Amino acid sequence: MRQIITKIDEITGNIATLKSAGVGLKELAVIESPGRTTLGQVISLNGENVTLQVFGGTKGLSTKDQVRFLGHPMRVKYGESLLGRIFNGSGVPIDGGPEPVEEDIPIGGPSFNPANRIIPKQMIRTNIPMIDLFNSLVVSQKLPIFSIPGEPYNQLLARVGMQAEADIIILGAMGLKFDDFTFFRRTFDASGVMNRVIMFVHLASDPVVECLLVPDMALAAAERFAEAGKRVLVLLTDMTNFADSMKEISISMEQIPSNRGYPGDLYSQLASRYEKAVDIGGMGSITILAVTTMPGDDVTHPIPDNTGYITEGQFYLRHGVIDPFGSLSRLKQNVVSKVTRKDHNDIMNTMIRLYSDCRESRNKIAMGFKVSRWDETLLAYGDDFQKEMMDLNVNMSIEAALDKCWEILAKHFEPMQTGLKDQLVAEFWPKK
Amino acid sequence: MPVNGKVVAAYGNMVTASFDESVRQNEVAYILTADGSRLKSEVIRVRGNLCNAQVFEDTEGIKVGDHVEFTGDLLIVELGPGLLKQIYDGLQNPLPKLAERTGLFLKRGIYIESLDRSVKWDFTPEAKVGDQIQAGDILGWVPEGKFKHQIFVPFSFIGRAEIVKMAEPGSYTVEETVAEVRDEFGKTTALNMFQRWPIKIPLRHYEERLLPVDPLVTGCRIVDSFYPVAKGGTACIPGPFGSGKTVLQQLISRYADVDIIIVAACGERAGEVVETLREFPHLQDPYSEGRTLIERTVIICNTSSMPVAAREASIYTAITIGEYYRQMGLHVLLLADSTSRWAQALREMSGRLEEIPGEEAFPAYLQSRIAEFYERACCVRLKSGKIGSVSVIGTVSPAGGNFEEPVTQGTLAVVGAFHGLTWARSNARRFPAIDPLISWSKYLEQMAEKLDKIAPDWVAKIKAAQKIIFEGNEVRKRMDVVGEEGTSLADFILTLKAEFLDAVYLQQNAFDKVDAYNTMERQAYSFDKVFNLMHKEIKAKDKDDARNIFFRLTSLFKNWNSSVWESDDFKRFEGQINSFIAG
Repeated sequence: MRQIITKIDEITGNIATLKSAGVGLKELAVIESPGRTTLGQVISLNGENVTLQVFGGTKGLSTKDQVRFLGHPMRVKYGESLLGRIFNGSGVPIDGGPEPVEEDIPIGGPSFNPANRIIPKQMIRTNIPMIDLFNSLVVSQKLPIFSIPGEPYNQLLARVGMQAEADIIILGAMGLKFDDFTFFRRTFDASGVMNRVIMFVHLASDPVVECLLVPDMALAAAERFAEAGKRVLVLLTDMTNFADSMKEISISMEQIPSNRGYPGDLYSQLASRYEKAVDIGGMGSITILAVTTMPGDDVTHPIPDNTGYITEGQFYLRHGVIDPFGSLSRLKQNVVSKVTRKDHNDIMNTMIRLYSDCRESRNKIAMGFKVSRWDETLLAYGDDFQKEMMDLNVNMSIEAALDKCWEILAKHFEPMQTGLKDQLVAEFWPKK
Repeated sequence: MPVNGKVVAAYGNMVTASFDESVRQNEVAYILTADGSRLKSEVIRVRGNLCNAQVFEDTEGIKVGDHVEFTGDLLIVELGPGLLKQIYDGLQNPLPKLAERTGLFLKRGIYIESLDRSVKWDFTPEAKVGDQIQAGDILGWVPEGKFKHQIFVPFSFIGRAEIVKMAEPGSYTVEETVAEVRDEFGKTTALNMFQRWPIKIPLRHYEERLLPVDPLVTGCRIVDSFYPVAKGGTACIPGPFGSGKTVLQQLISRYADVDIIIVAACGERAGEVVETLREFPHLQDPYSEGRTLIERTVIICNTSSMPVAAREASIYTAITIGEYYRQMGLHVLLLADSTSRWAQALREMSGRLEEIPGEEAFPAYLQSRIAEFYERACCVRLKSGKIGSVSVIGTVSPAGGNFEEPVTQGTLAVVGAFHGLTWARSNARRFPAIDPLISWSKYLEQMAEKLDKIAPDWVAKIKAAQKIIFEGNEVRKRMDVVGEEGTSLADFILTLKAEFLDAVYLQQNAFDKVDAYNTMERQAYSFDKVFNLMHKEIKAKDKDDARNIFFRLTSLFKNWNSSVWESDDFKRFEGQINSFIAG
């Protein structure tokens, strides 16, 4: 039996310091106050002083509360019985069901050996043309949805969750509003996918630090399912809350902040989560789609900025549509015109280039310049592109979407004006 | 006898330890944890009888009182035959072997010999009994792929000695003795085929450092023609995320005309390394028939989720291996992606050491560390008279795409070429997104003599073309204010010309088999054609007519660009272009 400590020396922010011997870094502790139990994790050792990060928050914590070290780091349950269940940020069920009895697995495990990785070459169809055609989602990809508060990012996330080809969907929610929680629950229930969904939910009203564990728990479970041969889709919302919690802890620890108060290791911390995305050859895979709300719609803010360097592309959700300019799927080159139709690559580039030209023509009008005949063509094209492709309600297979693109091009342009290669024009240009 | 110590404090990946005798700055220490792991660390600060060590592994479970073993050795790499084709982590552990040992995931505290001890190499001696030798002299060679891998007297060998025994030609493992030498004090030392060298100390065993004047051809038109890099030179590719840094690096790693490529994936995505890892064994080496790219490549892979301290080491591991091959008179190119992650690793440690921070919390010594690293790139004349070089192309990932930040600025101060990638170009799908308006290369002047051999007046013509890009941009900016109708036809044609030059020469389709890579010969040939058009008077009725002429030209050139050099298609499109220009 391990010693129980009944004296906390220091309480700052969500950090508590006490004296104990024989405690290891990252070890878990239970802090018992009258009427309340919360978990804490060792984040630093200095002589006999042990510093704990208190997940339940330090509000009401007394210097005489009991602290008991568990001798192991944080764990999460893993097993088939998790499917359809909902847990909070400490891994406790909050759906009224029983505590799962299956095995405990450690969270935040080591990195996948890069030498075991394979080149991902399978596309995940979502039937959303702005994703499938212009920025294809690939198995084992990690992609953030950059957005601002107020955009329908959770709706988009839920729709991808329902429509994408995956065996198991794990939702990790950080700072989720109760309304959105209800929305996810209802949507998954209504569409009949709940029996393959696991939710780890940290609600906006829960203690802030508790959300730090959510991605690790979600990904640890996902990793085991992937090893067991399942194709897992992990949906995270909202990673900005996760990063903000880290900021809180590091400031309480009196760390020197690097950029706008965020800790210097923000990049490494985010990367160690996102890099869990993997395609284990011959077994399962983990694909990650994560919402990152950009404070002030500023993509250069440290959170979206660091995220962008880690993830394999990004979707910008702006004014209710996936913006074709900033959005990018880095892995699309592995599938475009390789597992998809051969005209995919050229159509994708041509459509976007012309839409970009159209935007310039729009600027001209906005500044009151005379428009040329070419501008008029571009403007008409742009309107069609928005209506037939960009609208998030458009729901069609990638093949149908490609045909639609040729149709739109033929309606507005001569083949030469599109810059498409002669070979493709000969094969695909709609005959009048 | 190793020095012992005990852990007294731990935070993140930094451990404070007491020690009983003496420690060296930057020496390697192992922390022995309760679960039996031996965790490698490096001493980075000493104060009184306490020292701080950065741990190269996950520090979970480290306790106060854990035993620390100081080795007295600096962080080293093993140098010898068998480095090529390898995939190492930042501390030179071979990752495929780790996979055999630990399965899908990495496990901490496992270190494997960098060079395979069981492989036999065919050794041909060159030195003979009675020869006087010193550090860096050549004992013989073994074939490693297409190279004559020279076996050196260890660079750390002190003083002079005489060879008293020399191995017969035959096959030996790296550990077997190939020579015995006796120094002036009569002490005999057995020498084998591999040696160790501390990674943070440059190898300086050469006769003379030379000014880099030979172009390093990458196959990328905007780089080779407009902003070239020299063999033994340095270049910096900063760019915001999504601007195509990685694609550009991958292209260069495939097509660069050097002997050896070292890819240092430093704190970046694992997925990017995987492409190199999986594809290089199947891709044809463009410079030697029948060999694959992996045979000239070493991959150092310390990706973003691997321990941060090892990331800091990985860059040095990579350049030390580069310097080693340079000693054989080979040309080496190190691609470091990305130096920002390395700088961030410095920042993390500096923060934990509670040093007074500089700009954006980077340590005050950031600039000097960057300079130290890039200065290790050089072109040298060796004692044997051969020329060898190490070139470094480093990417930088500036926060928010803002080039004013400390890492970009620190790098620009020391490199010879700057290939700035911008969102403006990548969003407009103009790839490679190297912005011609901000990029520069000091090598265009420095290599002028060699470059002018490509084609007469090459440098002057390139400068003229650069000028057109600038002028076109000026007119375009003006046009944004006064509109197309307020622009004269001549000015309008100038913007079209600049646009055309950009579209068919500066832009290149990385995913088109042919267009992805241009030899210097082809670059000169097609530049000549483009350049002549720049100075040709375009007879157009009006602006729409002019626009159509350039549409047609662009389309023809693009088709030409993706036709195999001197193929029928190539000649057909060239014919069409010629007749279009004539007509």
